[in-house]
Amino acid sequence: MLRLHPFRYHRPGTVGEATELLANFGAEAMPIAGGTDLMPNMKHRLFTPGHLVSLNRIAALRGIHLDAAGARLRIGATETLADIASNPLVQQRLPALATAAGLVAGPQLRNMGTIGGNICLDTRCTYYNQTEFWRAALGYCLKKNGTVCHVTRVGKKCVAAHSADTPPVLIALGATLVLAGALGTREMAANDFFVADGIRNTRRAHGEVLAEIRIPLAGPRRRSAYRKLRQRGSIDFPLLSVAVVCDFDESGAVERIRGVVSALGARPRLLSGWDGIAVGSALDNGVIDALAERAHAQCRPLENAIVDAEWRRAMVPVQVRRALREVAVLPPKGVSAMRPAR
Amino acid sequence: MSAKTGAGPAIATPARGTVTAPPSPRPREAEEELVRSPSENGAGRPVAGGDRPADHPNPGGAPSEDRPLAAIGRRMRKVDGLAKATGRARYTDDIALPGMLHGKILRSPHPHARIVAIDSSRAEALPGVHAIVTGRDMPLTYGIIPWTPDEYPLCVDKVRYIGDGVAAVAAVDEETANAALALIDVTYEELPAYLDPHEAIAATDGPFIHEPRKPGWNGNVTKVVKLAFGDVDEGMERSDVVVEGDYFFEGTTHTPIEPHCAIGLSEPCGKLTVWSATQVPHYLHRELARVLGLDPARVRVVQPPVGGAFGGKSEPFDLEFCVAKLSQLTGRPVKILYTREEVFYAHRGRHPFHMRYRTGATRDGLLTAVDSRIVMDGGAYASFGLVTTYYSGQLLTAPYRMPAYRFHSTRAYTNKPACGPKRGHGSVQPRFAFEVQLDRIAERLAIDPIELRRRNFIGSDIRTVNDLRVTSNGFPECLDAVERASEWKRKFRRLPYGRGVGVAGSTYITGTNYPVYPNEMPQSGIQLQVDRSGRVAVFSGASEIGQGVDSMVTYIVAEELGVPLEHVRVLAGDTDFTPVDLGAYSSRVTFMLGNACIAAARKLRAQVQEAVAEAWETKPREVLLAGGRAMRSGDTARNMLLREAFNLAEAKFGTLGATGSYNTPKDVHGSYRGATIGASPAYSFTAHVAEVEVDAETGFVTVEKIWIAHDCGRALNPVLVEGQMEGSAYMGFAEALMEEQIFKSAEQGRAGLHNAPSLLDYRIPTSVDTPALRSLIVESIDPEGPYGAKEAGEGPLHPSIPAIANAIYDAVGVRMNSLPFSPPRVWRAIQEAGREGRRAGAFAEEATSRSGGRG
Repeated sequence: MLRLHPFRYHRPGTVGEATELLANFGAEAMPIAGGTDLMPNMKHRLFTPGHLVSLNRIAALRGIHLDAAGARLRIGATETLADIASNPLVQQRLPALATAAGLVAGPQLRNMGTIGGNICLDTRCTYYNQTEFWRAALGYCLKKNGTVCHVTRVGKKCVAAHSADTPPVLIALGATLVLAGALGTREMAANDFFVADGIRNTRRAHGEVLAEIRIPLAGPRRRSAYRKLRQRGSIDFPLLSVAVVCDFDESGAVERIRGVVSALGARPRLLSGWDGIAVGSALDNGVIDALAERAHAQCRPLENAIVDAEWRRAMVPVQVRRALREVAVLPPKGVSAMRPAR
Repeated sequence: MSAKTGAGPAIATPARGTVTAPPSPRPREAEEELVRSPSENGAGRPVAGGDRPADHPNPGGAPSEDRPLAAIGRRMRKVDGLAKATGRARYTDDIALPGMLHGKILRSPHPHARIVAIDSSRAEALPGVHAIVTGRDMPLTYGIIPWTPDEYPLCVDKVRYIGDGVAAVAAVDEETANAALALIDVTYEELPAYLDPHEAIAATDGPFIHEPRKPGWNGNVTKVVKLAFGDVDEGMERSDVVVEGDYFFEGTTHTPIEPHCAIGLSEPCGKLTVWSATQVPHYLHRELARVLGLDPARVRVVQPPVGGAFGGKSEPFDLEFCVAKLSQLTGRPVKILYTREEVFYAHRGRHPFHMRYRTGATRDGLLTAVDSRIVMDGGAYASFGLVTTYYSGQLLTAPYRMPAYRFHSTRAYTNKPACGPKRGHGSVQPRFAFEVQLDRIAERLAIDPIELRRRNFIGSDIRTVNDLRVTSNGFPECLDAVERASEWKRKFRRLPYGRGVGVAGSTYITGTNYPVYPNEMPQSGIQLQVDRSGRVAVFSGASEIGQGVDSMVTYIVAEELGVPLEHVRVLAGDTDFTPVDLGAYSSRVTFMLGNACIAAARKLRAQVQEAVAEAWETKPREVLLAGGRAMRSGDTARNMLLREAFNLAEAKFGTLGATGSYNTPKDVHGSYRGATIGASPAYSFTAHVAEVEVDAETGFVTVEKIWIAHDCGRALNPVLVEGQMEGSAYMGFAEALMEEQIFKSAEQGRAGLHNAPSLLDYRIPTSVDTPALRSLIVESIDPEGPYGAKEAGEGPLHPSIPAIANAIYDAVGVRMNSLPFSPPRVWRAIQEAGREGRRAGAFAEEATSRSGGRG
C-alpha cells in the first residue's frame, strides 16, 4: 500500500500551545484535525511535514452555540461534518449549511472530517491529486515540483479547483472566520479568506489555526439552498457547487440575494449583478432565468477535473436555477430536480 | 444511421386506459419464482446407466434416483461466509512469515522506450536492501495462451506502457524497498507511443510494440480473425430492413477489493512455495516452474481466499515471479502487495472495442444476416487476447437464429496496460452493440422488442450457425419472466418523457471445451476422504474467489452422502495437496468440479451402502444416506448414525477415499479453424429489463430497477445464484454509466498515462447509486450439468448495458452508441438530437399523449 513518510505527531491541549508548536517548527509543521484530506495527500507526497500538530484535543475548538445576543451561530473549527449536518440548531437556522456538510464525501469521512478542515481543504486537480510515481511520469505540474500547468498549457497560474462544500454556503451567508496565530487572533469575512491562486488559495498564514466560524442569523424570511453536482450519490468531490441565500420582504419580494458558485476555479465565486436583477421583484421564473444567465456568464470551468468542462459550464445555469427554485419554493422542473445530491 | 426517433409508437398495444388489469404481482419468495423450463430436455430425467455414472466424459447430469433433493436447491449459507463477514478469513496479505522481506517493483514512467542501462548499485548499497532483480535475471517469456508468450516477468530490453515492471527490490520493510526503487537508475531511449488501435494497425514500419512474428508483418497486431458462416451478402440482399451502426465500448477494469498479493518462500532444499491471490493456481504453477527453470515437482502454489478477481487474476503477474526469484536470492520469504495504482496498471480488463455492425431482417423481424467489423485495443501484451479476438465474434450466435454471419476482428497492441478477460470475456462488448441493433430493427418494423427476440429464438438442442452445440435453453422463459415482472407492456413506449424501459438478451459459455494448453487430461479433479468421526474432507483444486465453489462442493457432498454441511471440510487451491482444476475462469467451475464431485461422492456412497446393506442383510440400493444417518428404504426406523455407517465401510473396504474428475466433450464443434473456441458443454441464457429515468437537462441517467432472468440450468443454492445475478447486473450497470479505463494523450501532458488510477476518480457506483435488482431464476435442467446446473457468474452481466441503452432511448429518444452513458455524453446526445431538429423523445411524448398522459 501507499506508505506515509516518517513524522512527529504533537497533541497540544490549547490553541496557544498549538500555534506555538506551529511557530517553532515553521514550514516543517502542519496542523491536522480529521486528516481526511491531509493523510491521502501525504501518501501522495503532496505534503511531507516533519511535524503534525493535532487540533483534536483542544476543547476551545469545539462547540456549536448561539452567541450571547443570539445574533450569530458560532461553530468550533474541529466540529465534525457529521455533527454539523445533524445538529438541530444548524438544521433549523442554517439548513443550507447542514445540507452542504451532509454532502461532503461519505459517512465515514464526515465522521472524521471537520468543518475547519473542509474550509482549509487543499485545491484539487487531475494533474495534482496523484501518486508520486504518476506525477513523476507526467513531469510534475505547476502546483507541485513542476513548471508547467497541464490544464491551461500556457499559463503560469495554477487553476486547481476549490473543492470544498461548506465555504460557498458560508460565503453566501456572510460568515466570518476567526484565525488564531502566535501573535493573536483575527477575524475576516469568509469571502475574503479565499484567493484565486490554486497553489495556496487561502489567506491563512502558515502558523495560524482556523479556530471558529461565526455565521450571522436572519429572520424567518431568509431561505437558502445548496446544490452539489457530482456523478455519484456519495464520495465524490463537487464538479460544480451552488449556494444561494435570499431574504424576502413582507410582500414576498426579494430584499437581498447572494449566490456563490464553486468547484470550477481556485476560489468560490460570489456572483455579481444579482441585486440589480432581483431586489424588489418576486423570485419568479423570469427572474430566476435572468439570475441563472448572469451566473452562466461569469463561470468558465477548465479541464482541471476529468469531466467534460463544457458540460460543467452548461450545468451552471441549470444548477443555479434549481437552487433558486428551491429557495423560491417553486415546484421542481426537470425529472431529477428533487435529488439533492445532483 | 440511427433509427428515426419520430417514427411513432412501435407497437400496437392498447392505449394505457384500456389495459384491463395489471399483471398480478409476483410472489416475493424466490423459491416460488423458479421457472422450470418445459424444454424437451426433460426435467429430472434419470441419466442412462443407473447408479454409477462413468467418470468420463459426462458423469453428472440429473440425479440418478427418483428421490427429492435434500441439500441441492435449498437456500443455504456460504460455508466461508461467517469467517469473511467477521474478518477472520486469512487473505494472502494477512499471511506474515518469520523473517519475511517486503518487495516493490520499479515501474516504467514511459509508454514506449528501450532500456539502455540499469544501474542498481546505489540501491544495493542502501542498508536494509537484501536483493534486487531485473529482467535479465528472468529472461524467459510467458503468456497465459501458449501461442502468444510475449511478456517477461520484468522488462528485458523494452518497456511498453507506463507502469511496466523494470526491476524489483526485496528489503526489510516497504519504506526501505520504496527508498531503494528511487535509487535505481534506468536509462531509457524513448520510442513513439501508440495509443490508438487504428494507428497501431496502420503502422507500416517499426519500431513496433512487439517484434513481428514474420518479416514484413505488423508487430502491432496480436491477432486477426475472419470467419463467415452462410451467405451474408445474400442474406442482406433479401432483407426488408438492414440496420447499420458504429459502436464504441470503452475499456473498464475489474476493481477487486483485494489488490494482487503474493509471497514467495524458497527453502534450502530447493522447494519453492508461492502463495498468491490468483484465480489460476495450476497455470501459475506451470509458468513459475518453466520461467524459473525449476522442476514443477519442487514448486507449490497455494491460493488463499481471494478478495475478488472477476478475471483480473486469471494469469501470472510480475509480482509472482518476483517474490519467487527474490526469495531464491535471499533465502527468506518475500511478499509483494500491489498498491491500488498498480492494480490499474496490471489491468487485463475489458478491451475497448470499436465495432461496426450490419444486421438484416425480414419485415416479420426474422434475422437474415449479421456482419461485423471489430477493432480491439489490446494494450501492451497479448494476455488472453487470441481468445478474446475469437470470442468477439464466436459468442454472438445464440440465443437468436442467424442464417448467415460474418465477423472480422482485429486485436491491436497499444502502449497501455494489457487488456484481458473481464467477467463476460470478449462477448459483453459485441452483445451491447448487437442488442441495440435489435432494438433499432424492432423500432423500424414496429415490433415489440421482446416479441422480436422471441421470434428469433434459436431453440434448444441445436447447432448454431457457427456450429456450437447448444443443449438446454431457457431463453423464452427468461423473456417471459422479465416481461411479466417489469410490467413491460404497461410501460414500453408509454412512460412520460424522461422515463423508459429497455430489454436485452444474451448467452454465455459454461466453461470451455478446450483448456488453454492442449492436453487430454481432465479439466477438473477432486478427492474425497471420509473419517471415522463422520466428517468428509474435500481436496479441491478449484479456486474460491468469492463465488462460492467451496460451498458448492460442500452442498454436493451433503446431498450425496447425507452428511450435515458442518461435517464437510474443504481444502482447496493448493497444488501440493489438491488435484488439478484449471481455474476459476470462463464460468467453468460449478459445471466441471460439480460433476467431478458427484462422481467421487457416488463412489463413496456406493461403498457405504454396500457395507451397511451387508450388516442389514439387504440390497445396497435399499440403504439411504440422508440427514446424518443411514436409513433403510421403506423402514426408516432401521437406521444408524452416518459415522457408524462409515465405520462399517472402512472395516470392509479399508481407508475410505475417492477421486472424481470431469472432462469436456471434445467432439462437438465445427471443423473450421477456430471452431473449438467458443465451444462449451452448456450455455446459459439471460434477459434483462432495465427501467431508467433520464434528466434531460443534465444528462444524468438513474437506473431505477433491473429485472434479471437467468437460465442457470438448476440453482444448486438459489442464494448464491441470485448473488451472482445481482453482482453481474451491478457490474454491467457500472460499466454502462460510469467506468472508464482511459489514458491521457500527449496534449494532456503525457501520452499513455492512466487518467485516474484510484478508486476516487475511477468511478464505480456506491450503494446509493445502485438500482433495485430483481433476480428471476429460470431452470432448464441441463442434461450434462451437475443436477442440471449451468453457469451463473458471467452471463447475467451481458444484457445490463444494452438494456440500459435501449431504456435511455425509450426515455428520451437518443441512441447511446458509446460507453459510458455518463451525464456529459447523454447531455451532448440530447443536445445534438435537439439541434438536428428532432424533438428528443418525440415518440415517448406522443405515446404519452395518445394514452391520455400521466400526471
